[in-house]
Amino acid sequence: MSNEAAIIEDVHVKSATIHDAHGHQDHGHHEHHETFLSKYVFSMDHKMIAKQFLITGMVWAVLGGLMSVLFRLQLGYPDASFPWLESLLGKWAKGGQITPEAYYALVTTHGTVLVFFVLTAGLSGTFANFLIPLQIGARDMASPFLNMLSYWFFFIASIVMLSSMFVETGPFSGGWTAYPPLSALGDASPGSKTGMDLWIIAMSLFIVSSLLGGLNYIATILNMRTKGMSMTRLPLTIWALFFTAVLGVLSFPVLLSGMILLIFDRNFGTSFYLSDIFVNGVGALPNEGGSAILYQHLFWFLGHPEVYIILLPAMGMVSEIMSVSSRKPIFGYMAMLGSLFAIAALAFLVWAHHMFVTGLNPFLGSVFVLLTLLIAVPSAIKVFNWLTTLWRGNIRFTPGMLFAIGFVSLFISGGLTGIWLGNAALDIHLHDTYFVIAHFHIVMGVASMFGMFAGVYHWFPKMYGRFMNNTLGYIHFWVTMAGAYLIFWPMHYEGLAGMPRRYFDFSIWESFKQFGELNKFITIVSMIVFAAQILFLINFFYSIFKGRKVTTQNPWEANTLEWTTPIRPGHGNWPGEIPEVHRWAYDYGKDGKDFIQQTTPVGADESTH
Amino acid sequence: MSTEKKKAHPYKFILWVGLGSIIMLFAGLTSAYIVKKGQANWLDFELPVVFWYSTLVILLSSVTMQMALKKFKEREMGQYRGFITLTVILGLVFVVTQMMGFSALEANSIALTGPRSNSAGSFLLVIAGLHILHVLGGVIALAIIFLRAYSVKTKFYNALPVELASIYWHFVDILWIYLFVFLQFVG
Ligand code: HEM
Ligand SMILES: [Cu+2]
Repeated sequence: MSNEAAIIEDVHVKSATIHDAHGHQDHGHHEHHETFLSKYVFSMDHKMIAKQFLITGMVWAVLGGLMSVLFRLQLGYPDASFPWLESLLGKWAKGGQITPEAYYALVTTHGTVLVFFVLTAGLSGTFANFLIPLQIGARDMASPFLNMLSYWFFFIASIVMLSSMFVETGPFSGGWTAYPPLSALGDASPGSKTGMDLWIIAMSLFIVSSLLGGLNYIATILNMRTKGMSMTRLPLTIWALFFTAVLGVLSFPVLLSGMILLIFDRNFGTSFYLSDIFVNGVGALPNEGGSAILYQHLFWFLGHPEVYIILLPAMGMVSEIMSVSSRKPIFGYMAMLGSLFAIAALAFLVWAHHMFVTGLNPFLGSVFVLLTLLIAVPSAIKVFNWLTTLWRGNIRFTPGMLFAIGFVSLFISGGLTGIWLGNAALDIHLHDTYFVIAHFHIVMGVASMFGMFAGVYHWFPKMYGRFMNNTLGYIHFWVTMAGAYLIFWPMHYEGLAGMPRRYFDFSIWESFKQFGELNKFITIVSMIVFAAQILFLINFFYSIFKGRKVTTQNPWEANTLEWTTPIRPGHGNWPGEIPEVHRWAYDYGKDGKDFIQQTTPVGADESTH
Repeated sequence: MSTEKKKAHPYKFILWVGLGSIIMLFAGLTSAYIVKKGQANWLDFELPVVFWYSTLVILLSSVTMQMALKKFKEREMGQYRGFITLTVILGLVFVVTQMMGFSALEANSIALTGPRSNSAGSFLLVIAGLHILHVLGGVIALAIIFLRAYSVKTKFYNALPVELASIYWHFVDILWIYLFVFLQFVG
């Protein structure tokens, strides 16, 4: 819709009541002259934008995953030489061995890209865009135009990040958290030069993209629900995406403020983060009075909510898929909602648990210990409710459901190690070791990836009107599930033994030599798991064109609104009126009926939940 | 959903949430300011008087903005254009006076950037500078709806763009008052 059209529409609606909100949205089924550009590229259809986010995220997932395979090669085979590496990376792998600079660049880019581009943009971007209008009963987002901008900011951020890999001095290499002084001083390392400038630009563009998306998601959920869709009738997916957006809108600006100060320190000689620094070959720097810890506060004030920005969408989708595939209502809807809220609120109050070893005042530290451990309560409630939803369910083991169950397993394993780390006394030993790597890869990296896979398998029929191949899906699941544990479980032991993260070569350390074989093992498994993801990609792209066709509107026999649209919905989602909602999303196995869609009116003698 | 209740237009809602995130941007900076001030090596200095003038100017611009909105709703398009123009001018004057404030500090050898700078001065530059960018954003928005006032579509007298602009404008005004009080009395 053009802006003018929207405004003219507004005039109709302006003085009227909310009923007109439907009138306002009704332009959905006007015929548009769609060109290739307006349909696939500069699309304002939320479903197409979702696919753009998904596919861009997939590209990044492949690149980021490949990077991890490369640096795992170094960790597993520190003495070996792989000539093909030199042909791939050129001077970054002289003589077939990755250089330390390249290693750090790979680790940093892997972290940045997976956290932000894959698990934030790729996950929220895809499913918030796809599911919010479809599940709340809206024709599109509150502002389709801002929505399109959100994707394009992400796209440009991607291009800038990608280009940083091709500059002479290499991409940024100081870790995904970009702590100063490494990140603030171009002279500190090759990656801190142009690579870091590009990193900051990419991240700033990314923040803008996230904010534009988040504003839209919140406004859409609160304002555009169809008739009858009260907040407590919303599927949990929507609630999770809502809290995700709130977290993003409140915490990304703080990261932006930290980045702005960083830009000033880098480019305008200020001393926000810098003090008393001597750089080899440059000498003592004039900067006085800055505090590197200040950056850590600003970073982790975003950084911790960010991990939940990554996790909550997965939680929401898992709840929905689990209920559908167990043919049972989600256990404790209100408790699920309350715990989402509690997690989102606590997410703002625990950031300093990443900073226990920065010289944080121990009294303050103990407050953060308490607040951190409190997160275990809502987390445990959620786990309990997922398990009770499964309990005696009539479970359909679709690939989506398997990934949802896998998510719960990973969340339990990773959450438990979080409780170790949340105790400052233990964290002083474990901080910056492989224990932390194991913790967050299981609870965030792999778990959220599982949520994303679950979502893709489950909503693929709605996205493309076809099914993905189940057999390939099962192989994908089992290899990934087993592989994830085989890769990350042993890392706990390495971490307990004190093996630090971000080291290039452990073979020269007497204390860590013992892990040589284990590191080799982990590397081999990681290559196998990577190969299984290729299988997923093949399945995905093959199925878009050749998958088994969806022939019924509601293949999973689910209650939510997206399954009342045509098999391949157009822009506007419903050809006629938007359906009215009469009940919550979880009437499964009620009154002897397997499922009752949200659009079914409540019978005269029927009780509501 | 009741049919009686009149809900905010979704665009207005987006704006409100967006203002929330702008608040977080400045909350982040002002908390960093407080943390930094509590540490060694902080330079205390007085804000140049010209910041008082710019505060007056931006307060005044809120009044003219409100008048513009009122005139628009009364379909007094001539006066509406006058008040919008006035608001834009006041916005620009605000920016200029702020720049004068920065120069006054530099003239007093309080460096805001560069190797001699103290983060007290740098913070002022970053905080006020970001606020200036937000004011300029408002100026651009006003310029756009001003030009639109000449296009055909306005025969519908849709007040929404003007309302959005005025909410935003009052917001950057209040934001400055907060920042000014903060820099003056906390800083
Ligand atoms: C009961 C729940 C949890 C607790 C108590 C907890 C606690 C902690 C603590 C204390 C650390 C800092 C370790 C260190 O650096 O020394 C940490 C690191 C981390 N946690 Fe958790 N965590 C929990 C759940 C989660 C969840 C659900 C996610 C993500 C979805 C997550 C993601 C991360 C990440 C990404 C890091 C490491 C960041 C880095 O240093 O690069 N955690 N966790
Ligand atoms: Cu955390």
